[in-house]
Amino acid sequence: MVSASTELAYNSKIEGDVIVSRADAVINWIRTNSMWPMPMGLACCAIELMAVAASRFDIARFGAEVMRFSPRQSDVMIVSGTVTYKMATAVRRIYDQMAAPKWVIAMGACASTGGMYRSYAVLQGVDRLLPVDVYVSGCPPRPEALLDAVIKLQEKVNREPSARRLLSARGLLHG
Amino acid sequence: MATDFTFPDASAKNAAFESETEKMSLSMGPSHPSTHGVLRLQMELDGEIVTRADPVVGYLHRGDEKIAENMTYNQFVPYTDRLDYLAPLANNMAYAIAVERLAKLEVPPRCQAIRVITAELARISSHLMGLGAYAIDVGAWTVFLYTFGEREKLYRLFEELTGARFTTSYTRIGGLARDVPEGWLGRVAKFCDEFPPILEESMNLLTRNKIFMDRTVGIGVISREDAIAYGLTGPNARGSGVPLDLRKDRPYSGYEQYEFDVPICTGGDCYDRYLVRGEEMRQAVRILRQAVERFPGGPWFATDAKKIFAPPKDKILTSMEELIQNFMLVTEGPQMPAGEVYFEAENPKGVLGFYIVSKGGGVPWRLKIRSPSFCNLSILPKVCVGALLTDIVAILGSFDFVMGECDR
Amino acid sequence: MASADQPDARLAASGLKARFPQVVDRPSLDHAAVNVPAQAVPAVLKSLKEEWGFDMLVDLTAVDWAAGASPRFTVVYHLYSTERHDYMRVAADCPIDSAPVVPSVTALWPGANWHEREVYDMFGIRFEGHPDLRRIIMWDSYPHHPLRKEFPLAGIDTELPDADVAAETGAKVRSAPMMGGPFVASPGQINMTEAEPGAKDESWTEKDEKP
Repeated sequence: MVSASTELAYNSKIEGDVIVSRADAVINWIRTNSMWPMPMGLACCAIELMAVAASRFDIARFGAEVMRFSPRQSDVMIVSGTVTYKMATAVRRIYDQMAAPKWVIAMGACASTGGMYRSYAVLQGVDRLLPVDVYVSGCPPRPEALLDAVIKLQEKVNREPSARRLLSARGLLHG
Repeated sequence: MATDFTFPDASAKNAAFESETEKMSLSMGPSHPSTHGVLRLQMELDGEIVTRADPVVGYLHRGDEKIAENMTYNQFVPYTDRLDYLAPLANNMAYAIAVERLAKLEVPPRCQAIRVITAELARISSHLMGLGAYAIDVGAWTVFLYTFGEREKLYRLFEELTGARFTTSYTRIGGLARDVPEGWLGRVAKFCDEFPPILEESMNLLTRNKIFMDRTVGIGVISREDAIAYGLTGPNARGSGVPLDLRKDRPYSGYEQYEFDVPICTGGDCYDRYLVRGEEMRQAVRILRQAVERFPGGPWFATDAKKIFAPPKDKILTSMEELIQNFMLVTEGPQMPAGEVYFEAENPKGVLGFYIVSKGGGVPWRLKIRSPSFCNLSILPKVCVGALLTDIVAILGSFDFVMGECDR
Repeated sequence: MASADQPDARLAASGLKARFPQVVDRPSLDHAAVNVPAQAVPAVLKSLKEEWGFDMLVDLTAVDWAAGASPRFTVVYHLYSTERHDYMRVAADCPIDSAPVVPSVTALWPGANWHEREVYDMFGIRFEGHPDLRRIIMWDSYPHHPLRKEFPLAGIDTELPDADVAAETGAKVRSAPMMGGPFVASPGQINMTEAEPGAKDESWTEKDEKP
């Protein structure tokens, strides 16, 4: 079993074919291991994102099986590349169209803080518009750094109280 | 052939009900897998046929030209990497030579040879990416993975030489950041031996593939006159029969000593552009082999450029004069004379030009980047009209543009 | 190897000067270059294209010589001959500094369409006779012309292009923070005291924080 969570335990002699666990553990386990990215590939970091999806640094082995360009079918938006003010509104719109639960990885210096482009046209960090979960530094970050970000995001998601959110009256608002 | 089927005249069918058909407006992009970056194509469709196409660019405009007016010449080198971010070494070289023209500075043969090797490796890298992305757009996943595997080998070479997989910032005004490491040339030669069979294998998957040919032959035809009128350059122009290759017409950086051919196709359709890129990769391997064989010795930077190129690090740390020289270079920048120059280099995407207006000192007054992708995309409103919506994807892929360069 | 141009471009320049008396030589470090009054631009470029073989317009741009200078804007054309492989630079000063206007050359080269839109977007120079003069690089409602010398690199605060996203997020187009930032230098000659990063604070500090 590839779960880091110790609450999800299974002993076939005692349980038979029934697994008893905490709902959070199961929900988080499912979410972390099937997190489909929405690649907001804007500039050079998008090329490294493609390299991560290619055969040498395969991101599919972490559960991010397909790059879904449709926001309705994806879970995590990887903002890779410089976000200009002209593009920023499109990025926000696509983020709004994603179904909850959703997360954001700001890949690269430009997406995190504007990078080396301190100019009139560049949004100084995509966190001005969207809530970001993981920032990856680098220009561009090495594919291993992006995989590390995916792992960190998985660890973050594992700590979330998912069941309470699912059942609460407020519904699934991203926190 | 994709165009064998003739469409029934929609207006004739509806003539009993209405006198004209209603057109649909569709906006493709800016976030779209097939637009190769952030290009937005606002189209008007009559059924499946495009009647009007208006590209909207500028979604990646980062203000490079304004930034250049505030940076010294060497500080601007990393920004040139991110223009055509699929072949950063080629951009570095074009910029360095443009500024060296301003100073009328000639770099030694070894530096020129290294620049040619890196530019041709970048050309292979860029065309592999173009091929892979084009293939994945028309539905061939395998080719994408093969070409990316080869690009990883190139990334290894770049990383050993410059420290970064891409976005290398390798050239400096008057020379390079460092010399080639030991054994690197042998590894480049090894790459030249391993690469052609894999290239042939990838291209064999597409070149005589009926599905690929149906999607690309006869699609997106650009005539030779149009190519010249719209300022198309690079494989897009050569695919339409324009014999324009600056490496042969106005050789720079020692290209005149290498023997290579320039592929020209006359059809002007997407298939021709694809063939031109494939053949250019083979010719690039040919240039690489010659460059590695005849690699000269000697200095790898201009040795008589006291106010332009920094002295070696060991001298800087021990000797006063070199320390002051380095200090002046870092704070004030390489000192250039007043005047203006325009230099164009044959980049993988087309002709990349730098127009530099200098009032003296280490910071340019105006730096204009003539971007090949910007000019290549300007013909889209003409080429897309009359094409099917699905052909638009094939046309965009065959142009092989990159928005970082187009928008600067 | 900064080669002097092939004799033919120089011949073109002298031929032009004979035909159009207002054309004068322009000092240049590499290619043949001429200065042309703005109204004569279409005729001169047409002559270069049809009689002297410069069939490709490779670049069309402008230079802003800053607010004090007159003429303030110069539009620069680069022509290339695919037969002879040489360049010609044609520069035209814009007549009115406050509202610069230059005739368009889209009738000669359709590719000039986008170049002229970009020059309009970045400098505010209008092109007479252009079929569709609107912004191309910045969004349509952007109020400034970024490459003018008085426009700061960090930018000026304005509204986001889409009103609904601006309302939802409360974000604006803000000027970029320069403090502690890149070592930006002043164009032309550098004054050593002004070149320090601290002195270039164009926007935020510790007191005025990022929202």
